[in-house]
Amino acid sequence: MAEGDQELQDLYREVLLDYFRSGAHKGTLDPADFKAHGINPVCGDEIELTMKTGKEGTIAAVRFSGHGCVISQASSAMMAEALEGKSVSQARELVHAFKGMMLSKAPLESLPEELEALKSLEGVRKFPMRVKCATLAWNTLAQGLAAEGKKSEFQEVE
Amino acid sequence: MDAKKIRDDFPILKRKIRGKTLVYLDNAATTQKPRQVIQALSEFYENHNANIHRGVHTLSDEATALVEETRSKTAAFIGAPKPETVVFTRNATEAINLVAHSWGRKFLKGGDEVLLTEMEHHSNLVPWQMLAQERGILLRFIPMTPEGTLDLSAAAGLLGPKTKLVSFTAASNALGTLIPVEKILALAKSAGAKTLVDASQWAPHRPLDVARWDCDFLAFSAHKMLGPTGVGVLYGKEELLEQMDPFLGGGDMISRVFLDRFTPNALPFKFEAGTPNIADEAAFAAALDYLTKVGLTAVREHEAALTKKAIETLSALPGITIYGPKDLAQRGGVVSFNVDGLHAHDIGTSLDLEGIAVRAGHHCCQPLMNKLKVPGTARASFYLYNTLEEVAALGRALEKTIAFFTKKPAAVSSHG
Repeated sequence: MAEGDQELQDLYREVLLDYFRSGAHKGTLDPADFKAHGINPVCGDEIELTMKTGKEGTIAAVRFSGHGCVISQASSAMMAEALEGKSVSQARELVHAFKGMMLSKAPLESLPEELEALKSLEGVRKFPMRVKCATLAWNTLAQGLAAEGKKSEFQEVE
Repeated sequence: MDAKKIRDDFPILKRKIRGKTLVYLDNAATTQKPRQVIQALSEFYENHNANIHRGVHTLSDEATALVEETRSKTAAFIGAPKPETVVFTRNATEAINLVAHSWGRKFLKGGDEVLLTEMEHHSNLVPWQMLAQERGILLRFIPMTPEGTLDLSAAAGLLGPKTKLVSFTAASNALGTLIPVEKILALAKSAGAKTLVDASQWAPHRPLDVARWDCDFLAFSAHKMLGPTGVGVLYGKEELLEQMDPFLGGGDMISRVFLDRFTPNALPFKFEAGTPNIADEAAFAAALDYLTKVGLTAVREHEAALTKKAIETLSALPGITIYGPKDLAQRGGVVSFNVDGLHAHDIGTSLDLEGIAVRAGHHCCQPLMNKLKVPGTARASFYLYNTLEEVAALGRALEKTIAFFTKKPAAVSSHG
């Protein structure tokens, strides 16, 4: 039994549970300068991401709404925290770095310091079916940014 | 019925998952296979492999005879009058699509109505949505009550002269609800509508007799009843199957072919274009033999005992909601549940760490989940090899899961 406990703690680390329970960055910004909608096709969970930009196009505020598991909700909250104050190109780099971490088995030392808290998602890498939970918010952001780059509507991004 | 003895026939049940003995409770998704089925598969490839219905050589004769023997056994298993009324497909989904394509496209026109229920698996919903978009037919739905049963009092008002087909599941894969099949069939018949029963969650678990039900079509999948994946069954009344157009075109479904036209083959081959899933169809006979030997009445009673125990065990835990009818007589071997404040996927992963396999999510029933106002549920579903000890293991693992995720109040966060 103790072994299962250890595995549970390794996957659902305290930092992760804290972010999940905190409700930080939950909600919707209205009006928003950026809006993207994502669906995890595995489970049907949805997320809506809204952002406001500040001076010189930096990201001033980020909110996410929708339902999801501990992993997706904590990852969304940590992403929102990491994005605030960043430029759009920095945001793209963070997406790249985070997805790189989730999709590889490599050690984590090369991760940018803004993503420190996101190292708590390391244990998810052992559960391929759950990696999509961790990357849902990030994929939604990336696709929203790409759509915005094309100056098309970025309302419904899946 | 001795579940412990039955378990010896299922090699996979000895597997360890992360060091724990596997507790397989995802039988509504697919069931495990007994050694008899696995051996029938290798026996086919080692001794009888050939294409069917076309060779004059010995192996082709043997392979053809094996597939046709499965067809006869399938017909007997469901009480179909003739083997020719049993069409093999890839799965129940393809069987329903076959009806939508070959019967629906031929006999339905704009303004006609198809009556479904709010509890359908996507496989008995999306094919009709596709047909509705193409043909302008209207889909109507028998509503689901909050308890997860069908509101049959509303059904009569939804049926009328425009209703051409009533297509419905016999048992809900998401909630375990047993549907009053005969009542719905009687209502449909009184309105002059054809009927299709999705028996995917019924045929593996309880006796079924299409002659008594007198339904027009019935669909199910072999892999949910100890058989191999890749074999589905469509039963249809002979005169209807005769009237329908072919499904896919190609070899085996034809009688004669000219450069500009063809004449279709006789039943059931008219609907079985191309080389079928010969080996799996041959091996499905071993699954039918196994279930016939154990007896579906015994299977049903065994699952009822497991379900009763599971509901008692889970109900005793804090923060649990169990979906579906409270009356056990209206339930099959499925227990769908949620834990307050927890997402079904976190429950699923946590149980997996204890070696327990359950399904977590929307169970391919998104409209039903919307109606329950939940994104998904965790679902334990039982079969003949499950035991009361496994139900107890589920209870213990769930208790641990709840304790783990609720052990501390949220630390007040400084993040935002």
